[in-house]
Amino acid sequence: MRRLAAVWHSTLGRHLLVTAAAVLVVVLVVESVDDFRAVQLTQMAYLGIAAGGLTVLTGLNGQISLGHGALMAVGAYTTALLVSDDPVLPLPVALLTATAVTSAVGVVIGAAAARLRGPYLAGATLALAVALPGVALHFGETLGGEQGLRLRVPETPGWVLDAAYFVTAHDLTRSKYVAYLAWFTLVVVYLLLANLARSRVGRRWRAVRDDEVAAELAGIHLGRARVSAFVVSAAAAGAGGAVMALAVRLTAPTGFTLTLSLTLLTAVVLGGLGSLTGALAGAALLTFLPSVITDAGTSAGLDDIRAAELAPLVYGVVMVAVVLLAPRGLVGTLHAGWRRLRNPAVTPDPTTSADAASPGATVATSKGDTR
Amino acid sequence: MGSSARSLELRDASVRFGGIAALSEVSLTARPGRVLGVIGPNGAGKTTLFNVACGFVRPDAGSIHWGGQELRGLRPHQLARLGIARTLQGLGLFDRLTVLENVLVGADPQARTGFLAGLLALPRAGRDEARLRSRALETLDQLGIAGQADRHPGALPYAVRKKVALARALVAEPELVMLDEPASGLSDHELSELGTLLRDLASRMSVMLVEHHMDLVMSVCDDITVLDFGRVIASGTPDEVRDDPAVLAAYLGEAVT
Repeated sequence: MRRLAAVWHSTLGRHLLVTAAAVLVVVLVVESVDDFRAVQLTQMAYLGIAAGGLTVLTGLNGQISLGHGALMAVGAYTTALLVSDDPVLPLPVALLTATAVTSAVGVVIGAAAARLRGPYLAGATLALAVALPGVALHFGETLGGEQGLRLRVPETPGWVLDAAYFVTAHDLTRSKYVAYLAWFTLVVVYLLLANLARSRVGRRWRAVRDDEVAAELAGIHLGRARVSAFVVSAAAAGAGGAVMALAVRLTAPTGFTLTLSLTLLTAVVLGGLGSLTGALAGAALLTFLPSVITDAGTSAGLDDIRAAELAPLVYGVVMVAVVLLAPRGLVGTLHAGWRRLRNPAVTPDPTTSADAASPGATVATSKGDTR
Repeated sequence: MGSSARSLELRDASVRFGGIAALSEVSLTARPGRVLGVIGPNGAGKTTLFNVACGFVRPDAGSIHWGGQELRGLRPHQLARLGIARTLQGLGLFDRLTVLENVLVGADPQARTGFLAGLLALPRAGRDEARLRSRALETLDQLGIAGQADRHPGALPYAVRKKVALARALVAEPELVMLDEPASGLSDHELSELGTLLRDLASRMSVMLVEHHMDLVMSVCDDITVLDFGRVIASGTPDEVRDDPAVLAAYLGEAVT
């Protein structure tokens, strides 16, 4: 028991336990759904991966980006180029290369972004989101132009099929294989992002977000902190784009419009800025809400077109409601509510609670909050 | 620290903002084991002086020396590694970090592990973090606010927030600490506590402070430099400065003969 507590108190131990639990949940969920839901789950995963990167950038470092869809495109096109020719690269290699290429692009954009603030940064990244699809059109010969690039998703490796059959006693379909790939990528990306957020790197990012002058006096190089946050965020977006390419099997400019960038930002705001759980919740909401609403509309007697029109409406209402009523996002609000439940006596009066928290207790309770 | 401790020296530093001379040929030295007070009426250039010493403002003329070495092209983020810490008039606490995390940011330059160790949450990053954490708690404890470690600065009274800012500056055990108006907003009791603390700090490091509160300055400082309109009009021990006609003139607003 004490050993378990020790594991829980080290960042790595805690995060690995959560990772193991997450892997278990992923296997259980993917095995229990049909192929259609597996495709939806894959979509949730790649949105979640990119949103996780964005929430680190915006929530922890305070930089806004309206251009993460473009960074996803960089990851997707890299993957498409790597996976379309024979012989096809092993998928993990393609994923890692796409992530690395997107990180490199992130260095360039991050260096420019580090000099910009607020609306100017939003404008610059917006321009990126608008301009990047044009690159694909301009280099039509290599990047496929309007038609885009088709991917040849390689055969599921034999050992994966064997392992899946051994564990589940079912054959693994192609869509479930991609769903596993997407979700395991998500778990790895989130593990690394959570590690960073809990580390001194994440603390420096948050310090820069809260007060630049004080952060500088504490020895933090502002530019380096900003660029590193942008690169990490871009890497996650690149990984998300790579998974998206594999899932959709077609990488075309129409997949990476401004809407994608705004969708990511919406997911992050809905879920709660700076929270990975929130980013995942936001991605789930954006993936499943439209079909749930449409189904509800149809069963309420609307015709198909009307029912389909209902989704954007509800989506907009939810967005406005969250911003007005729960500005910390879904997870942030739940978290604050939970804290109030556990400790109802939190008032800004230091004299009453000064003795309540001894330094030892403080260390033990200040964990597990990535906001 | 002893004889190896370094002095910060400004030599003939001048700063102009447009047509206004914010500082004119200001020279001063903050010596180890001593408390240097910089005083003067509002707008005398005290904060500009601090900003020059910290690299926020580049002097138009003159130079800054640390331990005899000239600091050329000094940038604020380099200060911490030089062993110089500074507090801000507006405190500049990180509002969405806990008190402990605020202090941990101050301890950050002393960390031994980097990005990769953090990314992979390697055990040595964990040990490093634990070391910084216990040092931060120790510093908070010395200032008597360890019980607030887990709270956010916004929920704390001003005097406690000031201590958090001070803890953040002291946690890195600097050789020189520069305090911008440490006494503002404090009660009489807190003031005398601050006086004791400053004398205690002077036994470990050089202290330089900008302050309006005359009683504190006169009782705590070993050396005082008086600025008026960006010039040094007097410097010396509290007793010397107290009776200096130029100082009286600056504060009372008319020539005393």
